[in-house]
Amino acid sequence: MTFTRATTIEEAVTAMAAGARPIAGGSDLVVGARQGKAPLPDVLVAIDRIDDLRGIETSGQGLRVGAGVTHAELIGNETVVSSYTAVADAAALVGSPATRNVGTIGGNVMNASPAMDTGAPLLVLDGHAVLKSVDGSRSVNMADLWTGPGRTSADPGELCVAIELPPQPERSGSAYVRLEYRRAMEIAVVGAAAAVTVSEDGTIETGRVALTAVGPAIIEVADASVLMSGRDAKEAGAAAETAASKSATPISDLRAGDDYRRHTVGVMARRAVKAAAARARGETIAVPVNRSAGVGAAS
Amino acid sequence: MSESLSLTVNGVAYSVNVDMGRNLLSVLRGELGLTGTKEGCDDCECGACMVLIDGKPVNSCSFLAVQAADRSVTTIEGVVTPEGLDQVQQAFLEKGGVQCGFCTPGMIMSARALLDQCPDPSEEEIKIGLSGNLCRCTGYSRILAAVALAAAAD
Repeated sequence: MTFTRATTIEEAVTAMAAGARPIAGGSDLVVGARQGKAPLPDVLVAIDRIDDLRGIETSGQGLRVGAGVTHAELIGNETVVSSYTAVADAAALVGSPATRNVGTIGGNVMNASPAMDTGAPLLVLDGHAVLKSVDGSRSVNMADLWTGPGRTSADPGELCVAIELPPQPERSGSAYVRLEYRRAMEIAVVGAAAAVTVSEDGTIETGRVALTAVGPAIIEVADASVLMSGRDAKEAGAAAETAASKSATPISDLRAGDDYRRHTVGVMARRAVKAAAARARGETIAVPVNRSAGVGAAS
Repeated sequence: MSESLSLTVNGVAYSVNVDMGRNLLSVLRGELGLTGTKEGCDDCECGACMVLIDGKPVNSCSFLAVQAADRSVTTIEGVVTPEGLDQVQQAFLEKGGVQCGFCTPGMIMSARALLDQCPDPSEEEIKIGLSGNLCRCTGYSRILAAVALAAAAD
């Protein structure tokens, strides 16, 4: 195996154009190799020391998160926690402190697991992946990026350099909730993210809901906004629950059966809508929702 | 392909010739003779292989050795101070936070990193700090008590 280290994005994409595969923290790549899922690529280019991949910046265009930002850094960022809260909910649940120190948002997005925690939050918050190659740069929305389990629409020579999220409107909130058997080193059995805006009287105006681990990729509940609009959080949550279970196309595996996943993803959707609406109304629900008293409990 | 790799572990500079695909755990144990760091699941689940890189806990089983180059690596062998055991080690002894001992180096490293970052943790913060470490003997209560004691003593 050949290993090179890039210190700039240009060096990294040049190496990738010649066939190298990128490695950031290595938490998916190295574990996968050791489990025998896929051998380490013949040529690796390390991207963990590229300064241009590391920052979290806010501007009039919204939030730009460098692809090399770790889950620990996401949880520690005030803007992510206050305005893109579902992303923080998800990042706080990934692995353990050790995983969160090395795992990056770019790695999570490009690994394209249907069970990835940050995926549903990025989808409902209208995130885009910025892909760069020696031929140029393009921005791809999440729904177009994930094409199947472990597959993306990115070309082999394209490096994800950032995730961009638009500014969030007034009276908006978001949340991510997952079903888990263990509190750490866990993969979502199912999960759901919701992002909503509420009117002055607290009813839902607009909203999006996306689901984790119930299809070949993260999937969005179609027409969630229409179903929830004009309703209070409880009614909207019930509508999202029914629609989520209908949208799900889960598999059965050793972690859960398909019927169980179809049912519980509805419950997660209801809880995500409830928490997102509460945050939109200005209530404080600590990150992550899964650990905040009262919200993860049956409701 | 073997290449020369420079590592700084517990403040000591090492130069080793290793295949670039080797994980940090195997280089620590097999090349540097630092066998205090344990191989448990080798799958990033159990935390027996926990080391600190620039002060932050990392699973050394799933981290390429070459990615630790030019960073500061701390293993269980490096937490002992000139005055003797680290407060966390002493607290594990006093509270009986050890049975078979296999998970203990990893537990100590996670606890040390937690207390460096958060000197006065709540019980919930201790649980989160140790959440990547499995122990199959103690039932955890004495480990949690040991970390709380170390926090009070630090």
